[in-house]
Amino acid sequence: MLRAIDVSFTYARRRASAQRVLDRVSLEVERGTVVGLLGPNGSGKTTLLRLVSGVMQPESGRVSIDDRPIEALTRRELARRIAVVPQETQTTFDFSVIDMVLMGRYPHLGAFELEGAADQAIAREALAATGTANFATRPFATLSGGEKQRVVIASALAQASDMLLLDEPTAALDLGYQLEITGLLRRLNLERGTTMIVSTHDLNLAAALCERIVLLKEGRVIAQGSTKDTLTAENIRVLYDVDADVQFHSRAGHLTVVPIARSH
Amino acid sequence: MTLAGFGTLAVAACLFAPLVGSTHIDLGRAFDRSIPYADNIDAQIFFVARLPRVLAAALVGSALALSGVVFQALLRNPLASPDTLGVSAGASLGAMMAITFNLDFSLLGISAVPLASFAGSMGALTIVYGLSAARRRGTSTMVLLLGGVTLHALLSAVIAFVQYLADFTQTFRNVRWLMGSLDVASYSPLAAALVPMVVAWAGFATLPRVLDLISVGSDSAAARGVNVQGAERVALVSASLATGAAVSLAGPVSFVGIIVPHLVRLIVGADHRLVLPASALFGAAFLIGCDLVARTIIAPLELPVGIVTAIVGGPVFLWLLFRRA
Repeated sequence: MLRAIDVSFTYARRRASAQRVLDRVSLEVERGTVVGLLGPNGSGKTTLLRLVSGVMQPESGRVSIDDRPIEALTRRELARRIAVVPQETQTTFDFSVIDMVLMGRYPHLGAFELEGAADQAIAREALAATGTANFATRPFATLSGGEKQRVVIASALAQASDMLLLDEPTAALDLGYQLEITGLLRRLNLERGTTMIVSTHDLNLAAALCERIVLLKEGRVIAQGSTKDTLTAENIRVLYDVDADVQFHSRAGHLTVVPIARSH
Repeated sequence: MTLAGFGTLAVAACLFAPLVGSTHIDLGRAFDRSIPYADNIDAQIFFVARLPRVLAAALVGSALALSGVVFQALLRNPLASPDTLGVSAGASLGAMMAITFNLDFSLLGISAVPLASFAGSMGALTIVYGLSAARRRGTSTMVLLLGGVTLHALLSAVIAFVQYLADFTQTFRNVRWLMGSLDVASYSPLAAALVPMVVAWAGFATLPRVLDLISVGSDSAAARGVNVQGAERVALVSASLATGAAVSLAGPVSFVGIIVPHLVRLIVGADHRLVLPASALFGAAFLIGCDLVARTIIAPLELPVGIVTAIVGGPVFLWLLFRRA
């Protein structure tokens, strides 16, 4: 289980412009669950993910995995537990798809060790799991947005961690790719029991994918709980100042949110 | 496999280049151990008159190419290089001041010019470090390059100012030096430059895979277990040490740090475990080749090699710039 207890964080702490981005945020993520992180721009979602992944250290509070504080883990150990999928990935150089996926093996290799047959096999399996096996040798830069995101997820799978942190994984994608990535994530959770924290602005993606939802506003958790209890019209009004209709959609099989108007 | 090819090319360049010059010599005779060295004119010309210059070209070429690779990966920008970031100009300024003001001191057997040149590249490094930190906060590539160009122009103005203060003979020396010339006639400047270069190589050796990951994004590299800040420090210090050593030996030889890594990537791909060693080897061969052209094209006059690399490199750089845009 991943646990964040009372974590706070301030950017540019010593400056006059210092702003507390997270204020005593607590979060619990059970193994095998998918947790959605919702909140307006600047509410602290990305910062929370960066603290949980150990890329930054909280100003106060603790983050632990299975009751071990993450500072007690080395960078590589932590990377073997948690993989991160950013919103968008751009390569400066001409890496192929398989190159990108093999980079996920970094925390499993010694300083000067090359990827062996086992690493290649793990990478191929990750490509197969994300439906990207048939463009393994293509240059990553030539892929479409949805294909790129699938490859980055494959790279995270090759990292062989049991938890994925995804920061707005569909924000840069069109509708078709959004559904494709949502379906992929759900399948990974069902088939492999991968634990996920997904930050998103897409309320319908959260409804389709997440068992639990955490609502962040101005650096504080204003509500958290099961998706059914938390994704309510009232909470959406508080969170975004938006009047929305929330209903169970029988064909979709989950709650759907239809934003109506800005409420003031 | 490809590395062996680049290695062969570099060694062949080192052996072939000293054969070319005003006096014809023969490689077989130069290495013929049955002739006593004192009687072997070919060996004397090969090892004393010509080899130091060729080895200097090899060292300078590989150092600049390696620095280019490292800057490009760290800043995630294929147009970054010691020249475009102003690091070469910083090193030049240091060396120029030492020449103009006749600084005469030494530290650990390294004389004033190389020392001042390291100091200059370190100063420029601080600025580059600031630029790379800005890059992490999302500053665009264009801003970074413009920053580098501005720094280069600023340092060039200071160099011009220092030159203005110099007397006539010093100015002549300075101008020749600023063109980038491999006028090395003994092994002692090589030995002096070798010390910082070995330190830089040791730093570079820890980097290849880390550069792959950082070039895809520093946050995602950190999430995969890379100590990003530590690696950045090693990379920037090594690259400025190497650049400083190269500039102290040959002056600011431009464009090597851009052309060589780019050509190497076209051949070996993006993986820095190949790009880094291949760039070192090809950089050496490339600059030996350019120096060969510089020595022979208007013989018996010798052009500064910097003129040759700039004439080759300028168009290649423009091509890169517009191909990307």
